[in-house]
Amino acid sequence: MDSMTIIAVASIASAGLTIALGSIGPALGEGRAVAMALNSLAQQPDAASTITRTLFVGLAMIESIAIYCFVVAMILIFANPFWNHVVTQVTGK
Amino acid sequence: MHLSPDGIIFWQHGLFKLNATIVFTWGLMFLLTVGSKLITRKLSMGLERTRWQNLLEILVTSMRKQIADVGLRNPERYLGFLGTLFLFVAMAALCTIIPGYEAPTGSLSTTATLALCVFVAVPMFGIEERGIGNYLKSYVHPTFIMLPFNIISELSRTLALAVRLFGNMMSGAMIIGILLTITPFIFPIVMSTLGLLTGMVQAYIFTILSAVYIAAATRARKPKSEPQTE
Repeated sequence: MDSMTIIAVASIASAGLTIALGSIGPALGEGRAVAMALNSLAQQPDAASTITRTLFVGLAMIESIAIYCFVVAMILIFANPFWNHVVTQVTGK
Repeated sequence: MHLSPDGIIFWQHGLFKLNATIVFTWGLMFLLTVGSKLITRKLSMGLERTRWQNLLEILVTSMRKQIADVGLRNPERYLGFLGTLFLFVAMAALCTIIPGYEAPTGSLSTTATLALCVFVAVPMFGIEERGIGNYLKSYVHPTFIMLPFNIISELSRTLALAVRLFGNMMSGAMIIGILLTITPFIFPIVMSTLGLLTGMVQAYIFTILSAVYIAAATRARKPKSEPQTE
């Protein structure tokens, strides 16, 4: 395997691993947050607006972790700096 | 496939590039300003009012209420800044139903600009409300050791604001693009409907988070003396 193949394999595999492993934690966290919010909505329907607003803000905070993983995966696939470096080295000669 | 509307270049002259992000941002700004100007040209105080005036009144009053709910005391002062952020991000997401349009918030430069506006506005509102000495004192509030952590949190939340909005809008556009190549008929429509929903939620979250940051910077003028007297 030359270095180009190694870089391609490593980027593709790690992009898949990034989004797969990185979405486990936020998924568990969001499920827990929504379950608790539904619980408290059932107990106190009067506080619905406050609970919903806090839930949305909290969900956005949790989800941003998954979004970071997604952005990193997209960079690895579409805008990989190492891959671009190798490509310019090969074609520039 | 391109990551962001930065890649679509309409016109280029030397170093100056006119890409889709700039064009659509100016288009949105034009739409918002001219639309508001046209609607507010003939406002009525009576019971008879146009439906556009109704729309704007609903928007402004609900934004005022949301800002007040976060804990800011006089929402009118922050309505200009936060309302503009909300309207711009929401319109950028809503206009994706127009064919050929790409949301300018799907480009990292736009979202970084919006986040930098928040980054600058939070200390400005804080200093205006509490004075420069009191505001700077809040950085060393419990002990002096907290100073670097407070500064890091300011920077990291700006980065988080930018990357969150960018990631959400970009992922929506990219999922639709991928689905168009696999299942061209029904699923892209469903996903673009979901994209409209996430766009609105992201606009709401961006505004609420900015409001929360401003509230954190302006509040706690007297730490323990007037807890719940109002």
